Amino acid sequence: MCSLCGVLGGNEHWADAVARPGVFTRNVERIDRRRERANRVRVANRVLAGFGVTLSDWQGASFVLSTHTGKSEIIEDLGHLWPAAERLSGRSCDPLTIDIIERMEAVRDGG
Amino acid sequence: MADNPAFTPVNLLTGFLGSGKTTLLKRLLTDPALAETAVLINEFGEVGLDHYLLERIDEMMVLLQSGCLCCTVRGELADALRDLHSRRERGLIPNFKRVVIESTGLADPFPVLSTLKADPVLRHHFRPGNVITTVDAVNGMRQFDTYIESNRQAAIADRLVLTKTDIADEAGLTRLLERLRRINPDAALLSTADEALDIAGLFDESQATRGSLAQSPSGFYCETPAMLETADGGTHQAAVTSFVMSVEGAIDWTAFGVWLTMLLNRHGERVLRVKGILNLEGEARPVAIHGVQHLVHPPTHMEAWPSDDRRSHIVFIVDGLDASLLKRSFEAFALAAPVPSIAGGTQAVRQDVQTS
Repeated sequence: MCSLCGVLGGNEHWADAVARPGVFTRNVERIDRRRERANRVRVANRVLAGFGVTLSDWQGASFVLSTHTGKSEIIEDLGHLWPAAERLSGRSCDPLTIDIIERMEAVRDGG
Repeated sequence: MADNPAFTPVNLLTGFLGSGKTTLLKRLLTDPALAETAVLINEFGEVGLDHYLLERIDEMMVLLQSGCLCCTVRGELADALRDLHSRRERGLIPNFKRVVIESTGLADPFPVLSTLKADPVLRHHFRPGNVITTVDAVNGMRQFDTYIESNRQAAIADRLVLTKTDIADEAGLTRLLERLRRINPDAALLSTADEALDIAGLFDESQATRGSLAQSPSGFYCETPAMLETADGGTHQAAVTSFVMSVEGAIDWTAFGVWLTMLLNRHGERVLRVKGILNLEGEARPVAIHGVQHLVHPPTHMEAWPSDDRRSHIVFIVDGLDASLLKRSFEAFALAAPVPSIAGGTQAVRQDVQTS
């Protein structure tokens, strides 16, 4: 369901158009799809760690976002990730705040 | 209708009050290049006068009367488009291959585009075409200084059409052109005074960055970022600026997706436009992205790099966001890390999780 308008059926989120074989459609091969989902979870968690929230794959169909205390929410795609992350963490997830940028720079450079 | 495109493009004709939208539309409709066009008109006011000025194809003309497109009419717009689609499929109206929506001078054009994407029926039959914005050569400058809507309309345009250039003075026109280039550096600029105005070109999407032909010879419309960064000395609303980010390293698509969705979630209203060609890690061909506020079009693979320049270029047209901060944020989030460091990066995250 689209979180903004409540329309059932949902969107193909643009970020689901993955730059891999079968590019820019949903990946057909199961293994590619799973690999990409795992990759997405890993990349998102790199950012979400700063907000005390973690993302995990749920049955290869959705994602579960949860806090350390167990509050959790199921989301469909990246379009729903950030509003949900803000709800759960109670914080504004703004990529332009200097703390977040510095944290991401440390992750990037420290690797 | 077998000869119809799978997705009918919906073009949006916008422009500030009195900037000549209807005049342009009338001219377009008499042009043979625009046969098979359905027109939707949105009128601000009790009686839609514009409706009476346009007489052709009246049975395909639907008047949206409940006010400004950007707030109230989304549902009505969807209904009108569905109705057109339904009548076309049943053969009740002549076939049409494109739709033009004339919006009110006050509308923020974005909701029209999002209506197309969000509606469960429409998104299977229609797709956003070009945004064409008329700019009044006489009053345009003052409108840019005074009304934020005017800036936004210019910022998201694919085609900017100057009107009333015949009664504008030379110096003012030059200043206006400079202003337009700062607000929206990569839209094609046309003038209604030009007898040979390329009508078909207004709706032709082959020149948009989305497609493979989408580029200037060197690969991008925005080639002089230096002059784009200076905001004009105008007041508050002149905060609409554009700039180009050119990035050396390859971009991690997934990380880029996380970053852009995060940015748009917080600042979508202020990112009037994002458009670019990306050098993605693991991809030989460039990928074009194109977004308007919260809406990002599906990315497309371009056929080849237009030149030897393999850097990614992303144009942002923003309303009051700090360009250097945006670039720094992008580089922190979205650049592909060298392979060995990925494992380390994950580890760092795990540590953070444990300590936070």
